[in-house]
Amino acid sequence: MDLFGNLIYGFGVAFTLQNLAYCAIGVTIGTLIGVLPGIGPLATIAMLLPLTFNAPPVAALIMLAGIYYGAQYGGSTTAILVNLPGETSAVVTCIDGHQMARQGRAGPALAIAAIGSFIAGTFGTLLIALAGPPLAEVALKFGAPEYFALMLMGLVAAAVLSQGDMAKSLAMVAMGLLLGIVGTDVNTGVQRFTFGITELSDGIGFIVIAVGVFAIGEIVINLGDPEERRFYTDRVKNLMPSREDLKRSLAPILRGTVLGSFFGVLPGTGPAIASFSSYMLEKKVSKHPERFGQGAIEGVAGPESANNADAQCKFIPMLTLGLPASGVMALMLGALTIQGIQPGPEVMTTRPELFWGLIASMWIGNALLVVLNLPLIGLWVKLLKVPYRLLFPAIMAFSAVGIYSVNNSAFDIYLTALFGIVGVLWLKLGCSPAPMLLGYVLGPMMEEHLRRAMLMSKGDPSVFITRPIALGFILATVAILVIMVLPAVKQRRGEIQG
Amino acid sequence: MQFEFRNNKDFWSGVMLIATGAAAIVISRNYAFGTSLRMGPGYFPAVLGAALVIFGLYLVAVGLRRKEPIRGHWAVRALIVLPLSLVLFGVLMEHAGFVPAMMVLVFGSAAAGTDFRPLEALLLAAGLTVFTAVIFIWGIGLPYPLFVGW
Repeated sequence: MDLFGNLIYGFGVAFTLQNLAYCAIGVTIGTLIGVLPGIGPLATIAMLLPLTFNAPPVAALIMLAGIYYGAQYGGSTTAILVNLPGETSAVVTCIDGHQMARQGRAGPALAIAAIGSFIAGTFGTLLIALAGPPLAEVALKFGAPEYFALMLMGLVAAAVLSQGDMAKSLAMVAMGLLLGIVGTDVNTGVQRFTFGITELSDGIGFIVIAVGVFAIGEIVINLGDPEERRFYTDRVKNLMPSREDLKRSLAPILRGTVLGSFFGVLPGTGPAIASFSSYMLEKKVSKHPERFGQGAIEGVAGPESANNADAQCKFIPMLTLGLPASGVMALMLGALTIQGIQPGPEVMTTRPELFWGLIASMWIGNALLVVLNLPLIGLWVKLLKVPYRLLFPAIMAFSAVGIYSVNNSAFDIYLTALFGIVGVLWLKLGCSPAPMLLGYVLGPMMEEHLRRAMLMSKGDPSVFITRPIALGFILATVAILVIMVLPAVKQRRGEIQG
Repeated sequence: MQFEFRNNKDFWSGVMLIATGAAAIVISRNYAFGTSLRMGPGYFPAVLGAALVIFGLYLVAVGLRRKEPIRGHWAVRALIVLPLSLVLFGVLMEHAGFVPAMMVLVFGSAAAGTDFRPLEALLLAAGLTVFTAVIFIWGIGLPYPLFVGW
């Protein structure tokens, strides 16, 4: 079978000493930042991007991917031991995971989280390998109208599914699109929104926006409202889950994996939505729903598997269509572009080592994570005790070098400072910056595809509904909007009548 | 009825969006709008600007009804000191070299915190300067002088 041959080829790529090393570095950094609350994979990948400039593209992507899914693993450790989600995806893990820790069962909780994540990661890896090639083949037939409609669907889905107010998220998408077109217009050479500043003629760097908003903005927010950390376990003993634990966890892990994979392919849904849905599902199907919240191991197994499957499957649209389904994936695309690779469905055929090597490395990385997380748990716990006042200046240091090194330009640093301030404003006003980042990345592409589509159809907008695939995406966009608006309409009516 | 403008999350979101959208529309008037068939460089930004204004108006209306306050504290000190440290880093990188830039950035950032301990921050700055220099300058080979003209 072709799939088998491809996977073996991929493992051949991933098993070189260099790529293994990059994978190990990636998952270690990922676990580290996953454990530490207050810094997420997005900001980390953005500021560590320069570390990958000199690496070959495969190695760079393997490391960045490792940071991403490693963070999902690490996030659960903090959730279980400190009752603080290290990452947003681990919010629901706090509920039962931390209860288990208080009952002295932190070990089994951590072990089940790792095992569930590993199973989910393996499944996700297989799914990418299976679904990738046919999807890319379909995508090769896409013209400008299809791409425009697909991006529109992705952005709308990202906005309505992200946490927070829907109108604000949609507005932030538009904000991002606008930020994305700053710079020289490719068609006419006109300088747009550059205010005569030469450094802006290439546009605003995406690292500038990502670090400004997601690292510096976040730090200011954290300093304003510091979180309290309290430990209930100083030492984790007895990692092994009992036979009973394993029996109870098996079905939730499998259900969580399937659920997470489904949400993973949808654009804009962060791992948090997948893990939350899984928790609700487990509670619903359980014969003893009253155990949830009291340290039910199912409440750890399901969500932890779901968020990892989600993280893994987010790679599918990125690798096959060249479209980001989340902010992190937007950064991955940026990393590819910096390496001189034009992302899109062609990557799979022109650079097979990239696609299959990355997939194989993910499986290796997932295995490494089980090893990293369980025996080294004591080390991660110690790291958690590093106070924030030492941590955030370090984040600042790495951010600054990271940004400066992209263009060797102090201007980028000033712009980052500005976006830090803007980011604080957005966060305080409840305007979620994640959809903005997606819009920003897709902005230039969307404009270009819109222009081409209109040229193709001689200015007739019906091109979006006469071509079946484009029509499908448009209908899906409308459906998403209608579904999301309906309950709100009902609720508002209820308010008026009540 | 008295209306509390100062602390209304949705109202100010709306104002922010209207201001941004209006600015985008005004600025993009300098670029050719074109037609639907041949879109000029001003087409897309003008449409986006209009979208922002519409969302902004909607949110102002929501704010007038929902009156949801802005939660949490504004870390005013951090909001000023952190961007300032970054700006200093940029200036010093160009005129004084990597070591002074990094020292000032880390020490300055630490000073933005609520629990600032000068001696500890100084040690942290020194440690991080050495660490980043080893990784980025010796390790990756970024071409930055440690000191300029000293």
